[in-house]
Amino acid sequence: MEAVLEAFLSHYNYGMAIILMMIGLYALIAKQNLVKKLIGLNIFQTAIFLFYISFADVEGGIAPIYLPEGMEAIYVNPLPHVLILTAIVVGVSVTAVGLSLIVRIYEEYGVIDEAGLLKMVKRR
Amino acid sequence: MIEHLPVLLVTVPIVAALLILLLGWHDSRFCYPLTLATILFQFAGGIALLIEVMREGTIHYYLGGWAPPLGIEFVIDTFNGYILPIVLLLALATAVYARRSVEKEIKPEKIVSFYVLFQLLVTGLVGMTITGDIFNLYVFLEISSIAAYTLIASSRKPRAYVAALNYLVLGSIAGGFVLLGIGNLYVATGTLNMADLARLLPASYGLATVHTAFLLLVIGFSIKVALFPLHLWLPDAYTEAPSAVTVLISTVMAKVSVYAMFRVIFSVFTTAYFVETVPVTELILFIAAVAIVAGAVLAIAQEDLKRMLAYSSVSQVGYIVFALGVANQIALEGGLLHILGHAVMKGCLFMVAGVIIYRLGTSSFSDLKGVAATMPVTCAAFALAGASMIGVPPTIGFASKYYLVLGALEAGHWVYAAVLLAGSLLAVGYIWRFIEVAYFSASSHHEGGDHHPAPGVREAPLSMLVPMVILSILCLVLGIFVDPLMKIVAPAVSLLLGGA
Amino acid sequence: MRENVVIRTISRISVPFIQVFALYVIVHGAVGAGGGFQGGVAFAASFILMFIAFGLSGVEKRLGKKWLMVYSIIGIAIYAGIGFLCLAAGGNYLEYGAIESAVGVAHLHGYLIDAVEMGIGITVMAVMVSIISDVMDRDGESP
Repeated sequence: MEAVLEAFLSHYNYGMAIILMMIGLYALIAKQNLVKKLIGLNIFQTAIFLFYISFADVEGGIAPIYLPEGMEAIYVNPLPHVLILTAIVVGVSVTAVGLSLIVRIYEEYGVIDEAGLLKMVKRR
Repeated sequence: MIEHLPVLLVTVPIVAALLILLLGWHDSRFCYPLTLATILFQFAGGIALLIEVMREGTIHYYLGGWAPPLGIEFVIDTFNGYILPIVLLLALATAVYARRSVEKEIKPEKIVSFYVLFQLLVTGLVGMTITGDIFNLYVFLEISSIAAYTLIASSRKPRAYVAALNYLVLGSIAGGFVLLGIGNLYVATGTLNMADLARLLPASYGLATVHTAFLLLVIGFSIKVALFPLHLWLPDAYTEAPSAVTVLISTVMAKVSVYAMFRVIFSVFTTAYFVETVPVTELILFIAAVAIVAGAVLAIAQEDLKRMLAYSSVSQVGYIVFALGVANQIALEGGLLHILGHAVMKGCLFMVAGVIIYRLGTSSFSDLKGVAATMPVTCAAFALAGASMIGVPPTIGFASKYYLVLGALEAGHWVYAAVLLAGSLLAVGYIWRFIEVAYFSASSHHEGGDHHPAPGVREAPLSMLVPMVILSILCLVLGIFVDPLMKIVAPAVSLLLGGA
Repeated sequence: MRENVVIRTISRISVPFIQVFALYVIVHGAVGAGGGFQGGVAFAASFILMFIAFGLSGVEKRLGKKWLMVYSIIGIAIYAGIGFLCLAAGGNYLEYGAIESAVGVAHLHGYLIDAVEMGIGITVMAVMVSIISDVMDRDGESP
């Protein structure tokens, strides 16, 4: 028991990322409003970003910038940050496309919740 | 020049896409020839690379001159050297086919952006095929996915928006899983280069991190290839998209996703991992078998040609993943052949569906009665490609299924071999539906006594007919000349089974 | 949108500072934390602030939609052009050292990285602003 607790507490950042991910997935599945679904998708993606950023961190590490001669420091790993920058761009584009699709759906059907949309799609 | 070809295949089309955008403002007639020229260039490049790989061996291209594992590299070996021409052949055929269908199915003000996105989608898929860096794979995957979402939504039908949103949500979850899997791999090894991963991973095969990464990647790619229980986005997306887009995503995009799945499982995790360390082959076989049967049964139940073909795709993806489950030389040769075969025949079948929509405005079976009388060439192309789908002997469909069954028998999976044959039998069921409606039902227009055909119903325009007929003839030709093809496929399979 | 003197004045004062900061982030990309994407987003943020304060139509009059597209094309053209220059100089794609040794100017690769970052920044700025203006254009604002 103690070992499990120890393992959890020392890796609580991963636990938080997973919890956040589940919140996102829950919103994606359970929410009726399409915009809220998209927000759920965003939370899901943000959880993954958080996972990357948290495993890159080093205790006491500083930003990886060249220091003057003679100074020494531990750097945090910059690569995951760069990767996540790319992933954020992807996330932004997906959100933009999703939002504009929702706007079109609203213009076309006049509804923004899933149940109403299904009803409208079936009727046509 | 040839040594820079890998990067030119990706960057030239992006610049071309910008040119299309710029010139398209001026006059939208520039778009089509420019797109065609660019994809022709890519196709020629793909063939040149395949020849180069067969002669000289694997090609490495270091972006920015940084050697891996520091930099990103493009790698072309026999496996993706084989996939790349398939992708570009189908893209070329679709580009030729697209012009007339786009004029009819897409609003005029969207035509310029259609060609730009088309170009970006093809480029993303080419990038996915040739990259040797797993994060780069993710980026190209998302580029092509976003282009695909918008292309599906470019249809005039409002239901396409709903289909695209559906695909967007599921596709983004898949992308998220892939991203998380890649993160886990990075945690376990500290590298993102595929060859480097394959070298470093065996040391940590026992870690839970690696198992999680494997599961996340497999599930993510399974959503992308629409493996049976995860196929829910596919029927709507394929049915509602404009015809040209359906042809492109059902052939090229689906095949590149399968490629990515194979690449990650074989070249990153290696056979040793997923056959011995995590024995999932039985599970994959079972899922693939269910996909083959369920997809075919659902296809038989459909009332719409395009939707039927969409469910048939679910079934055929099962065949390719089946090869993954058997994981021996012969079955994988069959799987790789089926990647080519299914791309060619499903491309042809969806082109037929597009032509019928172009002329009749609908693809529901009840409106297609006696269509063979007015569109004989189209229906003949369907019959030929359909025969290949069933697996009638001299076609490519027969060759690939023959190897798959042989492989399954060699591995001792008698029951699953029977499932493969049952899948072919069910394919007869859904292919025959169209043949019966088109050839053996009296036209609804003739029943009323007046014999004039419906206005505008005649054979398809030439630019749609030519790629369609060429693809259907390819089904036959590739099936007859399967031996030279095996000279490319066999080394590719040995490469996969031999690890990176 | 209602007239709001406080918002307008504050954003009028802060927009130039945001833009200068964005340019700093872009130019800093070659040697430290920063780069085209972050800088481009910061630059776009200044325009978004202007959208909020002055309304869409007022800003779009100064910053035509067509021009946004042109900017994004210019940005990518800079990026791809430098990449192709590297090929022409005999290196791999984006291998700045090849140009540096071909031209013979010391530290040229640093400037080239800056130029590429500029290209990325311009594209990101243009695309961000056009996304926002597209989404805002549909609902709200225009009667």
